[in-house]
Amino acid sequence: MAKIVGGIGSSHIPAIGVAMDKGLEDTPYWRDFFQSYVPLRKWFNEVDPDILIIFYNDHGLEMFLDKKPTFAVGTAPEYENADEGWGINPIPPVRGETELSWHIVNELVENDFDPTVCQEIKVDHGLTVPLTLMYPGKDYSKVKVIPICINCERHPMPKLSRSYAFGQQVGRAVESFGGDQKVVVMGTGGLSHQLDGERAGIINTDFDTECLDKMVSDPEALTKYSLEDIVELAGGQGVELNMWMAMRGCLTGKVTEGYRNLIAPISNTAAGIQLLIND
Amino acid sequence: MTIKKMRAIPGTTFFDGPMSTKGYPVNKMFYSFNSKEGRDAFVADEEAYMEKFKLNEAQKQCVRDRDVLGLIREGGSIYYLAKIGPILGLNVQDFGGLQTGQTTEEFQAYLDSQGIGKNNG
Repeated sequence: MAKIVGGIGSSHIPAIGVAMDKGLEDTPYWRDFFQSYVPLRKWFNEVDPDILIIFYNDHGLEMFLDKKPTFAVGTAPEYENADEGWGINPIPPVRGETELSWHIVNELVENDFDPTVCQEIKVDHGLTVPLTLMYPGKDYSKVKVIPICINCERHPMPKLSRSYAFGQQVGRAVESFGGDQKVVVMGTGGLSHQLDGERAGIINTDFDTECLDKMVSDPEALTKYSLEDIVELAGGQGVELNMWMAMRGCLTGKVTEGYRNLIAPISNTAAGIQLLIND
Repeated sequence: MTIKKMRAIPGTTFFDGPMSTKGYPVNKMFYSFNSKEGRDAFVADEEAYMEKFKLNEAQKQCVRDRDVLGLIREGGSIYYLAKIGPILGLNVQDFGGLQTGQTTEEFQAYLDSQGIGKNNG
C-alpha cells in the first residue's frame, strides 16, 4: 500500500522565491530561514518520496473570483507555473500523478467531500515555492506532485475542522491505494500575518508556537478556533493555517516531530517550518 | 434575512461575498496584471484601462491616488492589489507602510520588533 511517511509545514511567500532566484540564501536577513531547511531536506532526501501532495492556496494565478473552488484537486499529468505579475521567475513544469489523484477524488466524493476536479491548472507560488525549497536546484523531475488547493482568499472559507477532516480523508485514500509508493504531504503558507488594512504587519509568535505544538500532539484542539478567531489572533492571512490542518489530517499514524523552527519576520510573516513523521 | 456580518476587528476588512461583489471590477483589473500585456496597457493609459474594466468613480479615484486603504474599502482584495505593486515599484513592506501611516522603514522596524528566531542575522 502507498504510505504517507511524513508531513511538512512550510511558508510559501513569494519573497522566498525571489531570494532563491537572486542567490540571497546566505545573507543576514535570510540565513536562519534557509538554514532551517537543511535538516528538513536531510530527512526528505533520505525518504526520497515518489509522490508529494501539496496543500496550497491560489493567490490569483489560476483561480480568479469568477470561479473559485473551496477545495480543488489536481488530476493532471503535468502542471505549469506562470507569470504572477511580480517578477518571480516561473519554474519548469511539475509532473503530476493521475492515478492516485483520481483515487483521491473518488474516495473524497464517496465520503461526502465534493472538490472541484482540475485536469489542467496553473500552479502558483503557493505550490512552487515550497517545492523549490525541497529541491533547491529545481531537480524535482523524479517526484510526482498532486496539488490540492484551498480557498484562503474570500470568505466563506472552509473551517479548520473541515480542512482537517478533508485531510484525513485524503490520508485514508492514499493509504488504501495499491502500490508501494512513498508519499510526503506538505501544508503551506502562514503562519501569522496580515497584509491588508491599518492592522497590517501584526505577527503573533506565541499563537504560532501554540499551533506548532498542537500540530504534533493535538491538532483537533485547534479546530475550536473559528476563522474569525484566527484572523483576530494571527492576522487576516493567518487563515492559511487551513493548509497545515489539511496536511496534519493526512497523518493518520503515530506522529512525532522531526524538526521545527519559527522565524520572523520573513517578509511580513512569521515563517513556520515543521517536519512531522508519520509511523 | 440579511447576510451574516463578520466579526468587527479594528483595522481589518473581511473580504467576503458583499466586498467581492463591490470590488469585482477593480480586482478583475488587477488580475489582468498577471500578463505583461495587461501591465503595459495600464501603464500606457490608466484612465482608458480603468474604463475598460468598468471601475466606478470612487475606485478610479483610489487608483489615481494610489490609496491602498481606499481600494480595500472599495472591495479590493489584497491578493490582486499586490499585483499593482511591481508596476508602481512597491513591495509588501511599502504597502504595509502606506496602510499604517508609516514609512517603509518604520513598518519594517515594527515587523522586526515582533521578530523571533534570527540568530545569525
